[in-house]
Amino acid sequence: MGEYRKPENQEDLNTNFEQIHPLMDATMAYYASARCLYCYDAPCIEACPSGIDIPLFIRQIRTGNLPGAARTIYNSNYFGHICGKVCPTEVLCEGACVYTEQDVEPVEIGALQTYACDHAIRHDIRLYDLPEANGKNVAVIGAGPTGIACACELRLLGYDVDVFEAKAHPSGLALHGTAPYKITNEEVLDEVAWLQRQFGFRTHYGKRITPPDLRKMESEYDAIFLGIGLGHTRMPPVEGTDLPGCEGAITFIERVKLDPLSAYPGDRVVVVGGGNTAMDAASESARLGARSVTLVYRRSRAEMNAYDFEYDLVKQAGVEPLFHYTPLRILGEDKVTGVELARTHIVDGKLSVMDDQRMTIPCDAVIMATGQSKQTGYFADLDIHVDSKGRIVVNALGQTSNQKYFAGGDAVNGGAEVVNAAAEGKIAARGIHASLAEAE
Amino acid sequence: MPDLSSNLAGISSPNPFWLASAPPTNSGYQVMKAFDTGWGGAVWKTLGVPIINTSSRYGAVHYGDKRMIGFNNIELITDRPLSDNLREIEEVKKYFPDHAVVASLMVETREQWHQIVRDVENAGADGIELNFGCPHGMCERGMGSAVGQEPNVLRTIVGWVMEVAQVPVIVKLTPNISDITEPARAAVEGGADAISLINTIQSIVGVDLDTFVPHPVVDGRSTNGGYCGPAVKPIALNMVKNCALDPDVTIPISGIGGIETWQDAVEHMLLGAHNVQVCTAVMHYGFRIVREMTEGLEQYMRDKGFTTLDEIIGRSLDKVRNWEQLNLHYKVVAEIDPGKCIGCQLCYIACEDGAHQAIRLPASAGTARIPEIIEENCVGCNLCSHVCPVEECITMVRRDDGTRNETWKDYLASDRAPTTFEDQRAGGVGHHIPSPADALKRD
Repeated sequence: MGEYRKPENQEDLNTNFEQIHPLMDATMAYYASARCLYCYDAPCIEACPSGIDIPLFIRQIRTGNLPGAARTIYNSNYFGHICGKVCPTEVLCEGACVYTEQDVEPVEIGALQTYACDHAIRHDIRLYDLPEANGKNVAVIGAGPTGIACACELRLLGYDVDVFEAKAHPSGLALHGTAPYKITNEEVLDEVAWLQRQFGFRTHYGKRITPPDLRKMESEYDAIFLGIGLGHTRMPPVEGTDLPGCEGAITFIERVKLDPLSAYPGDRVVVVGGGNTAMDAASESARLGARSVTLVYRRSRAEMNAYDFEYDLVKQAGVEPLFHYTPLRILGEDKVTGVELARTHIVDGKLSVMDDQRMTIPCDAVIMATGQSKQTGYFADLDIHVDSKGRIVVNALGQTSNQKYFAGGDAVNGGAEVVNAAAEGKIAARGIHASLAEAE
Repeated sequence: MPDLSSNLAGISSPNPFWLASAPPTNSGYQVMKAFDTGWGGAVWKTLGVPIINTSSRYGAVHYGDKRMIGFNNIELITDRPLSDNLREIEEVKKYFPDHAVVASLMVETREQWHQIVRDVENAGADGIELNFGCPHGMCERGMGSAVGQEPNVLRTIVGWVMEVAQVPVIVKLTPNISDITEPARAAVEGGADAISLINTIQSIVGVDLDTFVPHPVVDGRSTNGGYCGPAVKPIALNMVKNCALDPDVTIPISGIGGIETWQDAVEHMLLGAHNVQVCTAVMHYGFRIVREMTEGLEQYMRDKGFTTLDEIIGRSLDKVRNWEQLNLHYKVVAEIDPGKCIGCQLCYIACEDGAHQAIRLPASAGTARIPEIIEENCVGCNLCSHVCPVEECITMVRRDDGTRNETWKDYLASDRAPTTFEDQRAGGVGHHIPSPADALKRD
């Protein structure tokens, strides 16, 4: 392939991971915003999981009211900047833009949204006045989008908020999991830093909270919000996944995000999976200069969960797809040397493995993008119910079966977009407020 | 091949497209370049006692991402010595003997008028345009629109000019007046050969919200200027029509105001202009726009089977009536083409809030967002078809059978027009109007 040279310095990284949606400048925003028709009951709002009043903020951009535009966005979604860049807008707001009904290019909603939010962040514009403290406090576990969104909303309702995060940085997968060509780490961290200045929640990084810690917190806090996301990659039950050179996509991508120059996976990489994470892992491997990247998926192209534009990015990066194959075992003695695959076929929608049709791909690395595990063990002692898929069950208020606890984000929805996590955190904050008010 | 050659009161030009007296005709260099590009004539930037201009001079109205839909200026007449302008007029005429060079003039006394008319004729000008239109700066000195607003003064000065003029004289009128036909008739009475209109409209185009100074800004101050550009075309068309329909305005008209495309030019001519003058569009895009204008006019004439401009000039005038002469039985209603509708629902909200509540949203909240016309409520106002962003999606279709033609005048004559406040013959009687409290109902 060789579309990308192995990056050796920041400049190489900037080239290989060039932003696919660079920030708009004022002129671009001027023309892009003028295109919005200002639809009545606009379908883009309906298509946005956080329900941002898109025609309004675009009109505010057009009329030179950038702080107002940012306020419109943040009123609905505390991760306006990030979501403008990483949201799959093609299947959300922009996919619903009425222009597409006549095959006209949709308004560039995502880029306009980031443009307005970037203005507020870069100029540190204060958009919110916090109310008097209401004397109540909430512990938020996890500083990912859902936790931070919950914290912001709670502060706006007068709560004292402590956010606890096991990692050294906030933003969860928005930082550690988003493709680096979609958003830079600085952009992600700047938005959270601005939110913290804006809303004044306390953060405690590098602090992993265990169930016993939670039991203790129950008496210290009026409510606890769990925004703990999902666990590591769920490895398929095949031999050799413990060999050096085989790793889960979440771990690999986090390495790429935190230290890209030492994240080189190997010359020949096999990525297993058909979701958006698999696409990211494959594309990032290619951009790190791997000489060959093979994407192995057990079903057909049409059955992949990945969005079309994500698959297009993978193809553009020179990744070779291999459909209807599944790994049987990872080969190698002290490190990965290859992967043995078997052909699959689908009978009545069910996958069946054809053991007699095998092939081996020699490789130096295998990246498993086969889904994340649920942290079900975590909830066992807390009287928090999970469903058959291991997802926390919450009511319309975001409240779990244990009334003290609320939850949102991937741990509840099983793994979705940043925008869903942000919206759920906000809903839970209001749920906490309603629930505590009722208790009084 | 259609013949585009044009004649305005004896001033001939290869086509009807002239540059108006303005910055694009400030110098021989510009006029030569314009003629070379295809313009048929040019009215030279107004000559008189040269002035001193300000910096800056222009303001603009932008709409959405469209620049300069309206434009205004506080620039005055020429700031160059008369002899320089005369020499350049002479030179241009040497290169372009068949193109129209018209000298725009603005002076004060009878002697000055006599002198400057002779001067420009000697330089070879094919015609003279009297600038009685400028609505800023010059009018404060008793010239420009100060003359155009006083028919008696206008008539007198035209008379002075006619005492010596050997070439056709055009009087340029100001729109800053209640009835444009008054100065037009005064021009006829004074002996003018043609009128041109409109000059710019007195205006302030906007205010800087940070400094509180209107545009254009001159060292923290501003003043009213003259408004022009695409936005003024409707005003110009109406005034051209008014003059063309006035039986006492017996001289030809040069149409000016908001002309940027061949369509704009044809509209002016259909309403009675013999030729057109253009300024703002050239200031925006340059002389080259005349190529599209010429080519577009030619194509239009070919499509319509017209061979000369005379077949266009005034052709729409017999379609214009007073309101009381319009058929009250004519009935159109809106129709939405569901195949073209993109579901923006702008027609719905425009009709709901701004017209007659004659469009409803689709009953079922599903994927289809196509609104429906409530035909019994539709008064055929056209609003929805104007707000619709899709070409030919909402059309107005005729519903009356075309057999009845009665006007307000007929109604009056036969005593069928409403005469009292509660008259049951009013047009809105029986028309569906929701009750006021319905406005506060929520789904």
